[in-house]
Amino acid sequence: MEKFITHIHPPKGFSPGFKELWQYRELFYFFTWRDIKVKYKQTVLGILWALLQPLGMMVIFTFLFSKTWPINTDPVQYPVFVLSGLILWNLFNTSVSQAGESMILNANIIKKIYFPRLIIPGSSVLVALFDFIMCFFVFLLFCLLKHQPLQWTAILLFPAGLLMVIVSAFGMGTFLAALNVKYRDFRYTVPFLLQVIFFASQVIYPLRSIKQEWLKYILSLNPMNGALELFRVPLTGNAPDMILVWTGLAATLLLFCLGIFFFRKTEAYFADIS
Amino acid sequence: MQPAIEIKNLGKQYKLANAEPYISLRDVLAGSLKRLTRSKQSEDQKFWALKDIDLDIMPGERIGIIGRNGAGKSTLLKIISKITPPTTGHATIRGRVGSLLEVGTGFHPELTGRENIFLNGSILGLKRVEISRQLDAIIDFSGVEKFIDTPLKHYSSGMQLRLAFAVAAHLEPEILLIDEVLAVGDIEFQKKCIGKMEEVSKQHGRTILFVSHNMSYISGLCNKAILLNNGSILKTGSATEVINNYVTGITNTENSAEGISENKVVSLTNVRIVDASGNSKQNFSTEEKLGVEMQYRVKEAGHVLWLGYNIHNKEGINIFDTHSVKTPQYNEPHDIGTYKAIAWIPANLLNTGIYFISCAVFNHQKTVIYFHEKDIIAFNVFDTFNSESARGNSPGEFPGIIRPLLDWEIKKTDQ
Repeated sequence: MEKFITHIHPPKGFSPGFKELWQYRELFYFFTWRDIKVKYKQTVLGILWALLQPLGMMVIFTFLFSKTWPINTDPVQYPVFVLSGLILWNLFNTSVSQAGESMILNANIIKKIYFPRLIIPGSSVLVALFDFIMCFFVFLLFCLLKHQPLQWTAILLFPAGLLMVIVSAFGMGTFLAALNVKYRDFRYTVPFLLQVIFFASQVIYPLRSIKQEWLKYILSLNPMNGALELFRVPLTGNAPDMILVWTGLAATLLLFCLGIFFFRKTEAYFADIS
Repeated sequence: MQPAIEIKNLGKQYKLANAEPYISLRDVLAGSLKRLTRSKQSEDQKFWALKDIDLDIMPGERIGIIGRNGAGKSTLLKIISKITPPTTGHATIRGRVGSLLEVGTGFHPELTGRENIFLNGSILGLKRVEISRQLDAIIDFSGVEKFIDTPLKHYSSGMQLRLAFAVAAHLEPEILLIDEVLAVGDIEFQKKCIGKMEEVSKQHGRTILFVSHNMSYISGLCNKAILLNNGSILKTGSATEVINNYVTGITNTENSAEGISENKVVSLTNVRIVDASGNSKQNFSTEEKLGVEMQYRVKEAGHVLWLGYNIHNKEGINIFDTHSVKTPQYNEPHDIGTYKAIAWIPANLLNTGIYFISCAVFNHQKTVIYFHEKDIIAFNVFDTFNSESARGNSPGEFPGIIRPLLDWEIKKTDQ
C-alpha cells in the first residue's frame, strides 16, 4: 500500500501550497457545490435572483446616465455598456466580499479539520463565477436584443478580462480573509472599500470621458479598469488603452501574490485565533 | 516496524492574549500607541499547552489519552491532525490521518442527508468514489434511510448524530484520531460505534488515538493509555494501569495509602481497593464485586474498636456508610497485633463513576474516634454495557446514585 508520510513542524519558510491544493481538488468542488446549492435553495427566486440584480441596476443607471445626465459611450449604447460593466463588477464585488467573510463563516470547520485553507476563499470565488456565467448568457441575449455587434476578438478578450477580474478578486479576497480572521473589526470597512473601488472603476462611465490625465494614471492601478477595458474591446471595436491594460495586469499579479503570501503566512494560526 | 506516529520534543505555546476569542485592529492600534508613549515593551503572557512530548505509537495500537481539562489532550490531537502547528519539536506521521474531533463537521442544514454524506465525507478526507462505493453501507449504518433525501434541518439531533457517525465510521484512514465524540448519543448507538472502532482497529490494524473523559470507553477500547498533566506526559502504559493511576491521582494519593494515621491505641497502616482475588485494583466493572481493605495495628490491648467506611461519589454525595457490625469481633476487645479488614461491596450495586473512600476506627458507644481519614482512596466503576447488568438492554445514561440489580416478580393476576 502506498504510504503517506506527513512531517509536522513549526511553521517556517513560505510555499504557495499549490501541490497540496491539487490533492484536495475534490474538496474544492464540494465546497463550491455546497455554497451554490445552499444559495439557490434559500432564495425564493433561485437563480433568477442572480440575474435580476444586474438587470435592475442596469435599468436604474440607464435611467440616470442615458436620459437624465447623459454619458457618451459611443459607439456602444449605454444599457449594453453598463450591463457589461455591472456583470463583471458583480463578479468582483461578490468574490471579494464573500471570500473575505469566508474564513469566519467556516471557522467551525477550520477548528476541527485540516485541509488547505485556500480552498475556502477559493471556492467563494468559484461560486461568484457560477453566477457570472448565468449573467453572461443573459448579457449575450441582451446584446442580440439591442443589435449590438460583437467582434471576433471576443473569444480572446472576454476570457482575458474575466481572468483578470478573477485573479485580482481572489488576491484581494484572500488578503481580506486573512485580515478578517486576525482583526475581526476589519470586516466593517470592506463594504466601504468596495464602494470606493466601484466608483474608481469604469463600470458606469467610460474612463475616456475623464478629462484629467493624471487621474487616469491613478485609476489604472485599479485592476478592474484594465479588465473592463479588455472586456469592452469586442463591443466598441476601439483599440484598448494599453497603459490601463499593462498597469492593471501588474496590479492584478501583485494583488494575487500579496493575497496568497499574507494568507499562507497567517493560515497556520487560523485555528488558534478564529 | 516503524512507528505510525513519532513525536519528538513537541511543544505548543499559546499567548494568553489569544485566549480572547479574537483581537481587533482597534485594540492593536491603541496598544501600539500606548507602547510608543510608554516606550516599554509589555510582555505578553505565554503558557505551554504542551511541552516536551516524546511519543512513539506503533501501527495497530489503540491509545487512550486521558487527563484533566486543560491537560493538553485536545491540543495534542490538533497538532497531529495539522489543524494547528506546534511551537517546538516535530512529528512524523506514517499513514493517512482521519480526525474526528467533532462528528458532523461541515453538516449543512439546508442539504439533504445524502448530500451531507458527500460533503462531510469529503471534508473528512474521503474521495468521491470512496463515498459512492460506501454510500449504501453508510446509510444502512445510520439507520435514517427513510429521511435520507430530506433536508437535514428536519432531522432530530439524534438522527443528525447517527448520520454523522455513520460517515465517520466508514473513514478508512490508517490513523484515526477521536476526541470525545462518543459523549453524546444513545448507548445502543455508542455500542455500535465502539464495536465498529474495535473491528476497524483489530481487523484492519488501524491505529487509534482516543481522547475521552469516560474511563469506561478508554478501558473498553484502548490497549494503551497516556496520562497528560499540565501539558506533559505523566504516565504511559497499559490502559488499566494508567486509568488506575489517573483515578488515584484525583485524590492525590498513591495506589495504596500507607502509614497514614497514628495514635497510641491504633495506627492505620494501609488502605487498598481489591478485587475478588485480593489484588489491588482501581477500576471495576459494574458487575464486579470489590473489597475495601484496611490494615491497622493495635498497640494497646482491651479496646473495642469499630471499623467504618464512608463512600462518597464524585459529586460529594454520601452514598452509604458501613460499619464492621457483621463480624464476631464487633463487640470484642482487640488484642495487640496487626489486622486486615475487608468490607465487600457487592457487584451490581454501584452506578458508574468515581468513588471516594473515607475510613475510620472509632467507638461511638464511648464517643471515641481514633482516626477518620477522609477521601483516602478512590476507585472507578465502569459500564460494560452487558445486558445481564442492571441496565439490561436499555440504552442511554443509566440514572440513579446506585444501580442495584433487584429481584422482580411478574405475575398475571387477571385476564
